[in-house]
Parts: sequence; structure tokens; C-alpha cells
Amino acid sequence: MITVSVQQLATIFVEIADTLVDEFNVIDYMHMLTERVAGLTEAAAVGMLLADQHGRLEFIAGSDENVTLVELFVLQNEEGPCLEAFRTGRPVVNVDLGSAAARWPRFAPLAVASGFQAVHAFPMRLRRQVVGTLNVFGETPSSEFASGDVAILQALADAATIGLLQERAVARGEALSEQLQGALNSRVIIEQAKGAVAQAHGVSVDDAFTVIRDYGRRHNRRLTEVAHAIVTDPVSLRQVVEP
Amino acid sequence: MNDRVARIRGLIEGAPSAPGHDGGLLHRVCAAATHTLAASGTGVSVMTEVGARGVYAASDPLTERMEELQFVLGEGPCWDAFALRRPVLVPDIEEESPGRWPMYRPAAWEGGIRAVFSFPLQMGAVRLGVLDVFRKRTGSLRGDEFADALAFAEVTMTALLDRHEEAVMQGLGDSLDDAGEHRAELFQAQGMVMVQLGVSIGEAMVRMRAYAFAHGRRLDEVARDVVARRLDFGSDRP
Repeated sequence: MITVSVQQLATIFVEIADTLVDEFNVIDYMHMLTERVAGLTEAAAVGMLLADQHGRLEFIAGSDENVTLVELFVLQNEEGPCLEAFRTGRPVVNVDLGSAAARWPRFAPLAVASGFQAVHAFPMRLRRQVVGTLNVFGETPSSEFASGDVAILQALADAATIGLLQERAVARGEALSEQLQGALNSRVIIEQAKGAVAQAHGVSVDDAFTVIRDYGRRHNRRLTEVAHAIVTDPVSLRQVVEP
Repeated sequence: MNDRVARIRGLIEGAPSAPGHDGGLLHRVCAAATHTLAASGTGVSVMTEVGARGVYAASDPLTERMEELQFVLGEGPCWDAFALRRPVLVPDIEEESPGRWPMYRPAAWEGGIRAVFSFPLQMGAVRLGVLDVFRKRTGSLRGDEFADALAFAEVTMTALLDRHEEAVMQGLGDSLDDAGEHRAELFQAQGMVMVQLGVSIGEAMVRMRAYAFAHGRRLDEVARDVVARRLDFGSDRP
């Protein structure tokens, strides 16, 4: 069982509020949230999915981005906790993956094979609409949420959704489509940068993500900004592995 | 999910070319988009990072004027879509805040424009321009219209990128949507090919598409081979 630290939580909400007044980028914002939620819940991995214009759940940000994990996110367009949370608008929590093979015949075994034991999904809600999901994976059977934790994480997921629309004083229906398309394009930039770093520095694409993320952390630069520089500026591509 | 892009390609192919124009692909894109999206006009403008910009194609003279006006005034939805790297959807130009396009908005209103939807022509870090869809009535794009507009933007992007009409229209299963679950790999491969060849990120996709075209292979397969390091554009001289 996890009990969320109040102090950490307060910090996250301040960070969310701070993002609202700062120069806003969906991917950086979502990425920050996945990392904070991972820290808060001691989860092995956290991801965010947003529904596109086809109602398809697109992977937007992860606390980690290895190929298997991304596959687990993508697979949930067919089955899994995110699809259920997305369709019902209710959180799916504390599912023991070891005994979920009947419920999710493809997702559960793959998740177990990736070393996960528990999974949770929270709908990202905006009034009556569900715009995406927050996905949390635990590595131990004890990564269960108490009911208080569930309420807190659901509140975080909802706050994240509101943050997504902060750019406009009045959130029109269009604002969400605009932001989502922007986020999807930022995702493409990150993938292009992963490929460039993998090729230039002879590492795997998984490790390339870590290289990019760590460079951003060391230099206090946003993930999307670093990724864009890598793809458009050969000097940045070289520098990204320098200490 | 590739049905939409294939259908849009068909619509573009069947569209009449504008009179007085050379009948190029982008003029047909504008005609087909105008019809499909129940618009009053559609324009394609080319914009680059280093400043070259201008109207490339438009469905009709009014639309061409509305496009050009944005460059004359240095403001308008196409500027925002390009700068923000995301669509700018304005279902009612009167309802926009007065500070937004103070010169362009009244001019567009004068021209009878009531709604405008701008779609950046982009693929990650590659940005080539904007597709603008104008309407003389207020109202949002429906969900399917929005998806169609994105598909038009994608085909236009591809057309601008490699200017190889035959390849664009035949498609060869090269739609970005076709890649489905393997979309990420496609763009990772693009980044890798960029470094392998020492070319720009946009040129890397052109080379990958040309390779797929020449070898009669699917683009996502080529991408998978690149990411798995079975294919190297630098050393294999494909």
C-alpha cells in the first residue's frame, strides 16, 4: 500500500500552477507530470495517453520510454486498463497483472513479461468528456493504492486535463484538438531526435531517450526544446553526449 | 485507419485543376479540400524557417487574396499555425479577442470570411507551410471534417516535401497513418537516416520514400530495417 506524501503532493500542484503561467508546451507539461507521479507513487513507470480525432489513444509522454513500455501503451487501443478507464470515465486501480490474463489476454502477459505486477489507469476528465488516461505501473504486488491515494491521483489527472487547456481563457472545443495535434507533432520531433542520437552516438533508441532527457535536466532545458535542437542543429547533436 | 488518406488522395486525383493554372497537384488539393470540407476556399502557403514565404496555390481569387493579405500584414492564422506548430481553429472570427490579428481580422470579415482553419504542413521538426481553409459561415469543423482536413494537410505536406507527384499519389502505403503502431519507428528511422546521409531531417524522409518507391517496399518496413540496423543509407548506398 502506498500513502502519498502530502508535501510532495503540494509541490506537484504548485508545479502544475506554475506551468500554467509559464510558456506552455503540452509534451513538457505531460512529461513533468508523469515523472512527478512516478516519484510520488514510487511507480515503476507512468504514462499519459491522449485521444486523437479518431478516438484513438496516442502515447504522449512517459516517465520512461523503452520500446516495450511504449508497446504496452499502444496496445491499450485494443485492450487494457486505459481503454477501460477511457470508455467508462472511471479509474481502474489495483489490478494484479498476474491474474488478469483472462481480462486482457495480450496486455497482461506482456506487462508481466516486462516485469510489472500491478497496473492502474485514471481517466483524464474534462467536464463530461474523457480526453485521455494516466497509466501507472507497479513492480511489486504491494504497489496498491489506498482509497485516499486513488482520489488524489484522480484529482491530479483532472488537474492535468485542465492544465492542457489553460492557454485559452475560455476553453473552446477547438482548443483541445489544437493542443493534441501540437502534442502529437512534438512527439514526432522526440522520435526524430531519438533516431538521430542513436545513430550519431551508437546507442539504442531507448538509451537515446535517456541521453536526451538527461541532457535537458543537466542544462535545465525542456525535452522538446532539446529534441528540436538535436534534429535541426548538428552542433547540438554532438553536444548532447558531452558532460 | 489509412482509408481516410487513401480516400482523400482519390478526391484530389478526381478534382478539376483550376482554370488558368498549370493543373498542378496543389491546385487540385485546394479544389478538393474546398469541396470536401464545405469551405468557401482553400489555400496553401509555403513558409520556411529562413523567411521565404508566399502563396503556393489557392482555390479561387478571393482565397488567394486572403492568403496574400496575411503576408502583407504579417499576421493571421497561418502565421500562428506555423509558429505554434499546431492547427489554429477559428469557428467564428468575430468572437476572437480583438487583440488577435487586429488588421487581418477586419479585412477577412470585409471579404466575407466568417471562419478559418489553419493546418501547419509539418512532420516533427520539418515545417514547410500552412493549409488554410476558409468559410463564409460561422461554425466548427465536424469531427470527420477535422480528420479530413488533417489528411489533406498530410498529403500536401508529402507533395511539398518531395515534389514527386506520382509517388505522392500512388502512396505505396506510405501514409504516416499506415505506420500505425510503428509510427514511432518511422520517425526514429528518419532521424537515423538524417545522420547517416548528413542531410536535413526533411530530406531524410524524401530519401526513405524514394528508396521504398524504387524497391517497391512499404515505408514502414524500410523504417523498421533502419531502426534494426539492417539497412544503412550511408554505407549501403541504396
